[in-house]
Parts: sequence; C-alpha cells; structure tokens
Amino acid sequence: MLSENAVKEIGLIRNKYHDAQSSLLPALYVVQKEHGWLSPEALKEVGEILNVPKAEVKGVSTFYAMFRHRPIGRHLIQLCTNVACMIMGSESLLNILKERYGLEPNGTTGDGRFSLVVMECIGACGTAPAMLVDTDFHDNLTEERIVNILEKYK
Amino acid sequence: MEKFLLRNIENPNSTDINEYIKAGGYKALLKAVEMKPADIVSEVRKSGLRGRGGAGFPTGMKWAFASADPKKPRYMLCNADEGEPGTFKDRPILEKNPHLLIEGMIISGYALEAEYGYIYIRGEYPAAKDILDAAIKQAHEKGYLGDNVSGKGVRFHLYVHQGAGAYICGEETALIESLEGKRGQPRIKPPFPVNEGFLSKPTIINNVETLANIPYIIEIGADAYAEIGSPDCPGPKLYSVSGHVKRPGVYELPMGITLREIIYDHCGGIRGDKKLKAVIPGGISTPILPADAIDCPMDFVNMPKHGSMLGSGAVMVFDETVDLVKVCYRAIKFFEHESCGKCTPCREGVGWMRAILERISGGSGTAEDIDLLIEVSNNITGKTFCPLGDGAAMVVQNFVKNFRSEFEEKIH
Ligand SMILES: Cc1cc2nc3c(=O)[nH]c(=O)nc-3n(C[C@H](O)[C@H](O)[C@H](O)COP(=O)(O)O)c2cc1C
Ligand code: SF4
Ligand code: FES
Repeated sequence: MLSENAVKEIGLIRNKYHDAQSSLLPALYVVQKEHGWLSPEALKEVGEILNVPKAEVKGVSTFYAMFRHRPIGRHLIQLCTNVACMIMGSESLLNILKERYGLEPNGTTGDGRFSLVVMECIGACGTAPAMLVDTDFHDNLTEERIVNILEKYK
Repeated sequence: MEKFLLRNIENPNSTDINEYIKAGGYKALLKAVEMKPADIVSEVRKSGLRGRGGAGFPTGMKWAFASADPKKPRYMLCNADEGEPGTFKDRPILEKNPHLLIEGMIISGYALEAEYGYIYIRGEYPAAKDILDAAIKQAHEKGYLGDNVSGKGVRFHLYVHQGAGAYICGEETALIESLEGKRGQPRIKPPFPVNEGFLSKPTIINNVETLANIPYIIEIGADAYAEIGSPDCPGPKLYSVSGHVKRPGVYELPMGITLREIIYDHCGGIRGDKKLKAVIPGGISTPILPADAIDCPMDFVNMPKHGSMLGSGAVMVFDETVDLVKVCYRAIKFFEHESCGKCTPCREGVGWMRAILERISGGSGTAEDIDLLIEVSNNITGKTFCPLGDGAAMVVQNFVKNFRSEFEEKIH
C-alpha cells in the first residue's frame, strides 16, 4: 500500500504535466524512495492513480536501469566501471567489495547492509574511479578510501 | 580567456540567486524581455552558436524552424541527460551555476513563445536535481518564473524531470518518449521535434551548455560572441578531461583550441611523464586518435577533417600503459547494455561485437576474429534506427583502423 503522503505527492507531481502518463517516472521515484523498490502491487497502484494500464507501467519501469524490482539492502553502492574508471582501477575496487563484504554485482550482503550495482559512466570521470552510495558521490577512490567511506554507512 | 559558463563557481554560495545576481546574473533576461522574440531568434542565429549536445546543429536554425510552426503550446526542453561516457561538462553548470541554465531557459522560452519548460536530468545526478529544484523555487520568488516574468506579462513555468538510468534517453526523441512516461525508445524522424515533439506539440530541445550560452549572447551581442573561438564554430566551450593527465577536470576554453593545448598546456601533460598513446576527443562514441594526431582544432567543423568529432568535448587521455583492446571491449559492452532493443542490427550486432571483443581481449581470439569483427560492424553501419548503433560500429572500426597491431598481438 502506498502511504497517504506518497499518494499526495503523486497528485502534486501530476500538476506539472499536461498529460497523466508524463508523471509516471517521477511517481515511480516517489514510491521507490518510500519502499526502497517497486513491488508488483506498488506498480499496480501507481497505474491506477495515473490511469495507465498495468502492463504499460511494468513495461516502462523495467526499461530503466535505476528502477528496482527486487528489495535491496539499506545502502546502495553504485560503482562505475566504464572506461575512465576502469583505467583508474575500478576493477580492484570490485575485488575489495567481494573480499571484504562478499559483495558481487547485483548482490546484497547477508546482513542486508549493502547492495551493489555496477554502473555505466556516472559523470565523475575527472575524479575516477567513482561511485554513488545512495545519493552521495564519492570519487578518487582507492582500496583504502572505499573501505573507510563505506564504514560510515551502517 | 574570461570565463562565462563557469563564472562565479568558485564562490561557495554560487547556487544562491542573490550571489548570482550580484555577479551580473539575470541582467540578460531583463534585457531580453525588452526585445521582440523574433529578434532574439535572429540574434542567436547571427551568433553562430552550435548545439553543445554532440551534433553541433546550429541553434538559431533549430529555433527558426520551431518559430515557424504555428501550433501551440510549444515546449522548451533542456537535455541534461549527460550520459556519454567521459562527459561531465554539464555537471558544474547544474550543480554550481543552476541560475545560468535557468536564465538561459527563460530567455529561450520567451524567444520561442514556449510557456513550459522541462529540464530532463539523468537519474545519476541526484544532488543536481535538488539544487535545480531549489534554484527554480528562488527564481519563482524573485518573479523571474511564473505567470508574469519580470512584470512583463510573460509566462514561463519550469520543471525538473528525472531520468532513470538509460543512455538512450539523451537522444532527443527518446528523451521525449521518456518525458511522456514511456520506454525511452527513439522515434522516427521526420516529424522532427520542432514540429511534433512532446505531446505532439512543437518542442525545442537543447543541451545544458547550449542554453547556458544564451545569456552570454544577449549580454555581449551576437557580433562580439561570434568573435570568440573558431569562425564557423564560435563561442566558449566546456571540455571535460579525464584519464592520464596531471590535472583532469572541466575547462572553459575557446572553441577550436587544439587537443595538444588542452592536454599539455591546460591539463599539465601526461601523469608520471609517461608517453601519450591515444585520445578519445569527444566522448566514447567519437573516433579514437593516435598520439600523433592531437594538433587538431577542437570544434564541430574541423574535427571531422582530422579523423574524429568534437562530440560532447569529453577528452579521454590514455598513456602508454593502457590496453586499448580492453578499452574497446569495455566501450562496446556499454553500447550493448544501452541498446534500446528497437532495431535488430544494433540489438544483435552490438552484442556480437562485444562477444568477439571479449574473446580477443581475453586471449582466446582466433586469426579470423579481427576481420569478423569488422564485418559485423560493417553490417551495422547505416542500418540502425538511431545513431547509437552506428556509433558503436564506428568505435570498433576506428580502434581497429588506428591500433590494429594491438588487436593482433592478443591473438596467438
Ligand atoms: C545515443 C544518443 C545520446 C545522446 N545523449 C545526449 C546527452 O546526453 N545530452 C545531450 O545534450 N544530447 C545528447 N544527444 C544529442 C541529442 O539527440 C540532441 O541532438 C541534443 O540534445 C540537441 O541539443 P543541442 O542542439 O543543444 O546540442 C544524444 C544523441 C544520441 C544519438
Ligand atoms: S540503434 Fe540501438 S538504440 Fe538506436 S533505436 Fe536501434 S536498438 Fe535502439
Ligand atoms: S567513466 Fe566512471 S564516472 Fe565516467
């Protein structure tokens, strides 16, 4: 069930567009922010609010890499491995995440603390390698730095 | 060169509207609303400004097409999807100078009689989204946005729309699909967005940096603007430099500066004083250049004469230690991941190229693999629905053309 707040927020978003379906992506963000992911029930509810068919909502939400259709850990590590980050050592960072936290791409730690997603370029190539943890940018990563940074996310 | 696009960004409060105004901001808007919309369009045309999103299309021409279509409402869209790997030039404007973009959009909206604007920003820039939202709120409070812009009876409403991790949504028609709440797959052109874009209405799409140039053109006038940079391609340009230079980052320099000047004069040369091996000059989709080809003027008109393209101005620098076959493989893996699946040559062909490159890069390639790779790429070229697939084929062709021996060395 969507919270009253989420329904209200979607209603406000709806006013920014001349057409209901245009509010679909922002509405999905509202739900994802609240629940951490997009469950089939949540997709159905969003569709009902915006009057968009269920299959269309699912088709749209699964097109976009940043919408999640499974629950994830408390913190989402989005590590870039595209070219600039690769030549600056993102592979060794992936190894550290595996050794230290048992984290594999698209996996979650046993304690539900971290999930890991490998990203295409996140626009921090000048300070590569880089990652987003939840909505925070961290760059100039080294094996030591990444561990220190992650220690702050409990 | 005096900075305009990055003016004031060292100020820790640069996102605050009062600081922006103190530094001369919103003056161009006040000047613009005293002009006739059509005169702004011709001023932009006269300036010679070309779109900074990658293709270098003359902005004034695009605007004139949109103005000629009588359908209303019109929409003004800002492309802040910045997904081309290597590119991070729009980010400082979005995060540190949001009012410059907003001012550029209001002027553009006024010039094109568009009353609604949307900034389509990539999902990977969450901080920038919040900064823009806050800046838009301030601009409303100051009366620069809303139903009576600067008390002149002009309407302009501006919203931020967040993408969700799809490179293809940077392509303008896919962006429109995505803004309409659909899967981000490109549309057939024509009709062009200027005639039938968002919700089938005339829609003008420009890149962040393009729009950020508009206040400057109004401020100093088209003639003075046209004096900056290259004759056929004027203006200041943001170059985002990454890889093995001593000082990577975003640089505001005139159009037409050479790659050599960017790398050696501005970025301090190669890290650890190693040898330069190769440069990708304009984002991952643009042809890679060998080290001896860097005396090329970086603008939209001259780069094609030197074997590459300006693209997004994202300079990626590789020193002698880099395994370019691996870089090529990683680049194509990106295109495979981002292919929207609409047309077969791209959806299937790019996957085949990735598989062959994976084999070669991993040391299990065969003697025929390089030719097979080129054959597959030739079967993609010219047969795809949008430039993404073509771009991927071109990447492979240029890596092999310029660095074939590196591929051969991997085959035993
Ligand atoms: C696959 C693909 C991705 C693109 N990505 C972007 C992008 O991230 N940002 C951008 O401004 N333009 C991008 N473009 C170019 C846009 O389609 C469009 O030309 C541009 O936004 C027009 O603005 P401009 O004339 O101001 O450059 C992309 C094009 C293609 C084919
Ligand atoms: S070329 Fe690729 S990205 Fe473009 S429409 Fe075809 S499948 Fe989609
Ligand atoms: S390649 Fe990693 S941030 Fe651009």
